[in-house]
Amino acid sequence: MALLTVDNLTVYFHTRNGVVPAVDGVSFEVNNGETLAIIGESGSGKSVACYSLLGLIPRPPGRIEAGTALFEGKDLLQLSEARLRRVRGKGISIIFQDPMTSLNPFLKIGDQLIEPLRLHFDMERREAWSKATAILEEVGIPNAARRMNAWPFEFSGGMRQRVMIAMALITEPEIIIADEPTTALDVTVQAQILKLIKELQVRRNIGVVFISHDLSVVADIADNIAVMQNGVFVEQGSRDQIFKSATHPYTQKLLAAVPDSEKQPSVPGARTPMVEIEKLKVWFGDSRRGEEVRAVDDVSLTIKQGEILGLVGESGSGKSTLGRAILRLVNPVAGTIAFEGRAIEGLNARELKPLRRHMQMIFQDPYASLNPRMTVYDTLAEPLLLHKIVNRKGLDVEVFALMDSVGLARDAVLRYPHEFSGGQRQRIAIGRAIATKPRFIVADEPVSALDVTIQAQILNLLLELVDRFDLTMLFVSHDLAVVRYLSDRIVVMKEGQLVESGSAHDIFTNPQQPYTRALLKAIPGKSLLSGNLSFE
Amino acid sequence: MTEVNAPVPRLTEAMPKGVSLWQDAWVRLRKNKLAMAGLGILLLVIVLCILAPWIMPYGYEEQDLALGATPPSSAHWLGTDTFGRDMLTRVVYGGRVSLAVGIIATAVALLVGVTYGACAGYLGGRVDAVMMRLVDIFYALPFMIFIILLMVVFGRNLLLLFLAIGAVEWLTMARIVRGQVQSVRQQEYVEAAISLGLSPATIIFKHVIPNVLGPIIVYATLTIPQVMLLEAFLSFLGLGIQPPMSSWGLLISYGVETMEEYPWLLIYPGLALALTLFALNFFGDGLRDALDPKASKD
Repeated sequence: MALLTVDNLTVYFHTRNGVVPAVDGVSFEVNNGETLAIIGESGSGKSVACYSLLGLIPRPPGRIEAGTALFEGKDLLQLSEARLRRVRGKGISIIFQDPMTSLNPFLKIGDQLIEPLRLHFDMERREAWSKATAILEEVGIPNAARRMNAWPFEFSGGMRQRVMIAMALITEPEIIIADEPTTALDVTVQAQILKLIKELQVRRNIGVVFISHDLSVVADIADNIAVMQNGVFVEQGSRDQIFKSATHPYTQKLLAAVPDSEKQPSVPGARTPMVEIEKLKVWFGDSRRGEEVRAVDDVSLTIKQGEILGLVGESGSGKSTLGRAILRLVNPVAGTIAFEGRAIEGLNARELKPLRRHMQMIFQDPYASLNPRMTVYDTLAEPLLLHKIVNRKGLDVEVFALMDSVGLARDAVLRYPHEFSGGQRQRIAIGRAIATKPRFIVADEPVSALDVTIQAQILNLLLELVDRFDLTMLFVSHDLAVVRYLSDRIVVMKEGQLVESGSAHDIFTNPQQPYTRALLKAIPGKSLLSGNLSFE
Repeated sequence: MTEVNAPVPRLTEAMPKGVSLWQDAWVRLRKNKLAMAGLGILLLVIVLCILAPWIMPYGYEEQDLALGATPPSSAHWLGTDTFGRDMLTRVVYGGRVSLAVGIIATAVALLVGVTYGACAGYLGGRVDAVMMRLVDIFYALPFMIFIILLMVVFGRNLLLLFLAIGAVEWLTMARIVRGQVQSVRQQEYVEAAISLGLSPATIIFKHVIPNVLGPIIVYATLTIPQVMLLEAFLSFLGLGIQPPMSSWGLLISYGVETMEEYPWLLIYPGLALALTLFALNFFGDGLRDALDPKASKD
């Protein structure tokens, strides 16, 4: 008898634009000591499928149209809100995606942890406290007894996610639903958290439903995998079946979307430097009071003409700040930046303006980097007119040419950003960046907000544009697989400093620094890439 | 991918137009019955006020001393006041002044407040600190005394009243706009605009202000009734409009004096003011929900 048996779950959203079948006849089972991974891209309904079991979807507009979900002999979909609340606390708990927003910043960690114990088990405060301390220790938080009295802001992202896991475990649930629990985390931390979840599951013999958009993340931990698209499980099977003999084209597409090749170095060694940075320092905050943050600390770097330089680092390593400093979007406190041989670190906004057309930026989040009040036409026309690339008469032709270059349909020219998907928006943003025919582009995590299949398209678009317009690019990313796919040369950054640099091939096959090795080791789904599936 | 040198079409009428966020908000607003009723009443009042000189059977200063104050009748729908002037006419003419004060003073507040607040919020740092301390100082002035002083020194005139009220109301507007702008300038599209090389003025007016207009419009619709009440209050104190001109505030003030003998002199201008304020508030609330879909359940 399975722990949880979901049969024909159907959830529709009744919006003013019509009925959206978010989950359409989905069935699955979860057993003790087993991890079911539900894989799907954003909007596929994977979260709705799980949340609707616990009554956690907004109703209206959501409505459960059909199905049963048997858990401990009861149909979850028929329970009253009061009974469901007991299930949520004791039977099935959830680990949310973003550990930064799922803890109450005004309550100490300990007080948040004991809350469910006091509520659901009516436990004495002292008893609850000691139990919470034990769990905190179990999820690997050092000095657990002391940390119980700490505030959420005193924890890093990874540590907070450990606290969230402790909170999910504290009522000893039978099932844990983990909704993209590592998406907001750095790779090395992600590897730790994945290992922790696997360990806890084995030790406590519980069922885990692991929701993710990324097949490689679950390659090492899932027993069964369900692939979801448009509200339907298109394929379901054991991990090995999915990875080795997937039959559905969508699953095959997902598998193929994991970038696993290495770019052929396209640049002969001796080309002129495009950007040279010497001993660059970017510090924030008050240095007189010794509270400065050294985002970039004494970095020297040369980007050669025509190459794609991958800049890799974890969050807080200063990689984005370095990219922005080169474009003079943040000001350095010391050091020199030369663009095509000309020192630009001291130029003011007026002197920079003519240079701006030659150096552009592509941003991480296409939902934030486009002005929501401007149509595609306005967005693309703005740089063209500003830098007098074309006059009004030639504007239409140039805008359409740009849209062709980035693969946007021409008849979308008068639409607004909110009418496009994430991948299309990123195409608009790329179009804006190449509008002025720049020679140098900083791409700051341009694919990390996108679904995997879209990622591959955008990466290929970038490669094509670099080739066609002879661009030089600084590609900033936390994702090693992506960087390897795209870059000629890689530099690794940690705590504001460069720790290693070399050709992509050398970095991956023969890393010199321990930090680089740790990063490489943490890439999820290495086994998937090497075709060698096993639990470590 | 299409070849670049393929024939490139012109931007034509046939291109499907996108749905802007404004159009989207309008669709939501139209579904809000209360807000649409408010808008309808407002339009009716405004049209009535504009057309007053042509559709009103009496002039607003036309006296009939022999008639005196009479209750509503078929000749005078809302009765007459102590000078025998037609109340309906006076209420409608009073509406002209009240609405004009409300709209113009709010426009003054908008113009000054939005520009000031947007500059402070966008430029930030020391400029922001100085600009906002100035606002704090103005805030600290007792504004009633400020307006009374202005009226005493320069005499009572309508233009001055607009300016005086606008001068007080822009402070709050500046603060609201500054807060909004501070959050918008963190957005990546503003950074993208900087990296394109746009000047601060262009960025503020093209990229920042359009994205904070929602809350500004909502606040403006809620400022208009506030200003109208202020004008009513000033007129009630005898500092606003001069007779024989009238405003709702002035009419109410007279109505209060004769409340016991001629209640209709108080009731009708009071009703007109209340109705307009209700309409404005419902409309403003509806706008807020329409412009910020996250706040409402749709």
